[in-house]
Amino acid sequence: MRLYDVEINSRLLLGTAQYPSPAILAEAVRASQTEIVTVSLRRESARLREGQDFWALIRELGVRVLPNTAGCHSVKEAVTTAEMAREIFATNWIKLEVIGEADTLQPDVFGLVEAARILNEDGFAVFPYMTEDLVVAERLLEAGCQVLMPWGAPIGSGKGLNNLFGLRALRAHFPDVPLIVDAGIGVPSHAAAAMELGYDAILLNTAVAKAGDPPAMARAFALAIEAGRAAYLAGAMQPRDMAAPSTPVLGRPSLAR
Amino acid sequence: MSKRITVIGAGVAGLTSALALAERRAEVEILERSERLGEDCCSWCAGGMLAPWCEAESAEREVVDLGRGAIAWWEKRVSGVERNGTLVVAAPRDTSEIDRFAARTDNHERVDEARIAAIEPDLAGRFRKGLFFPEEGHLDPRRALHDLAERLAARGVAVRFGVDARQIAADGRAILDCRGLSARDALPDLRGVRGEMLILRTDEVRLSRPVRFLHPRIPLYVTPRANGHFMIGATAIESASRGPVTARSAIELLSAAYALHPAFGEAEIVEMRADARPAFPDNLPRLVVKDGRTYLNGLYRHGFLLAPIFAERAAAALLEERSADESHRQRRRA
Repeated sequence: MRLYDVEINSRLLLGTAQYPSPAILAEAVRASQTEIVTVSLRRESARLREGQDFWALIRELGVRVLPNTAGCHSVKEAVTTAEMAREIFATNWIKLEVIGEADTLQPDVFGLVEAARILNEDGFAVFPYMTEDLVVAERLLEAGCQVLMPWGAPIGSGKGLNNLFGLRALRAHFPDVPLIVDAGIGVPSHAAAAMELGYDAILLNTAVAKAGDPPAMARAFALAIEAGRAAYLAGAMQPRDMAAPSTPVLGRPSLAR
Repeated sequence: MSKRITVIGAGVAGLTSALALAERRAEVEILERSERLGEDCCSWCAGGMLAPWCEAESAEREVVDLGRGAIAWWEKRVSGVERNGTLVVAAPRDTSEIDRFAARTDNHERVDEARIAAIEPDLAGRFRKGLFFPEEGHLDPRRALHDLAERLAARGVAVRFGVDARQIAADGRAILDCRGLSARDALPDLRGVRGEMLILRTDEVRLSRPVRFLHPRIPLYVTPRANGHFMIGATAIESASRGPVTARSAIELLSAAYALHPAFGEAEIVEMRADARPAFPDNLPRLVVKDGRTYLNGLYRHGFLLAPIFAERAAAALLEERSADESHRQRRRA
């Protein structure tokens, strides 16, 4: 899978928030074999360089860092946070979140497109967190994005894929754009289902961080994503309403009662 | 001749360790950089919950085993230790948080609206589902630190305030270093986890025990203190900053308190304070021997819960020549 000209093998991207401890986070990252972790930056601590210890732990994981603008509610906040993240983590990758609604944390798609345009022009590689809306996707691509990250369900809800039809349509419309389902994944079967639809990768956090055994759950997700991908490539059978016996019926001797 | 030990730091780790040592008849002195008890230590901002079973929700299983004896330890030594449980509630739309919390913890009972009203009458009608952890307790950390200092004084152990330990020659004394985050100069693994807390005062709500209010983004606890005071805590931010409480954190803590009971909206804000907890990467405390000095550090969010057992271990290690590494290994096996 190529994300902004970088070849990535693992199709699981892992968030780094809410783990019981940094040690468990590190174990989960190893167990998942992920190559990309996301880190959220609080502006107040970024400005004063106060999260240093944690950022150092993240860098020590030895994987690529995708900083995010979690918790930003306006274009200006998101752009400022992205600039700080670029400086702190020395990467032009940014997961762009512009939150539009406090209860569902759904993206403000208008602000998202505007912020994406500003950041792309400024040399960022933008990974936009979006709804599964086709028109928004089109606008984000016009704004220079080369990867799209539609939600499965609201952040942290664990509801899985809320709009299967919409996600399928998005995949069909943009067959060549890397699509990553970001947010809402609760269990490995959700991740496998998204991969079976042909999605390129899954980004998740809470489902692993809040599991009873985060490293074991990270491994479970890695397996499910691999299975889902393999199934997509293998080409699934079409479901049908009636039974289709796998042994031939014709010619079977009918026994008299 | 009894062994002579200098304890550096008069936070919860230093004072509990000094007392454990003094109770074993060691000759102890305590050095504290700041001028007054609690002036510069994160124990002053602690919640004082002695809640090992609740902590299992987000901490390693070990915390439960290590913290089990804490209430009894404190009851024997300080005043105002309450053993009347912890109540855990969530707003109706977040009741799935109760199920998640219940799945992660044990030693609790499920409580309904009527039972919640019986446990905390002022919360009657506000919550339909919750958990009650009957064996947990709490104390007032500030009162407990004062009581510890008094108990130590009664044994002839004084806290020498305003002394920077870096200027003190060891003078043949063993050193137990309990400097918290300041010990990062010797323990590079140590990091700060910022916590922010508020103290409110109101006569309109009465609570008898800590109440944890679950929320997917802003989990909060309220612990009752004397004279209508309530401690509201606490954020956990990956940052070593000890700067003032941010507006965002204050808004989050206050709105969660208001959601727990609207009367908190009318309460006076008596204090807002922030500090940074010292933590190792696994968020568990450690007893470390390094360059001839013993360190007790990394109590993280569990200062009052885990200080007793680690203080006893530190005292045993220092006096009975049992290596701290061994007790560390025992801790690992525990």
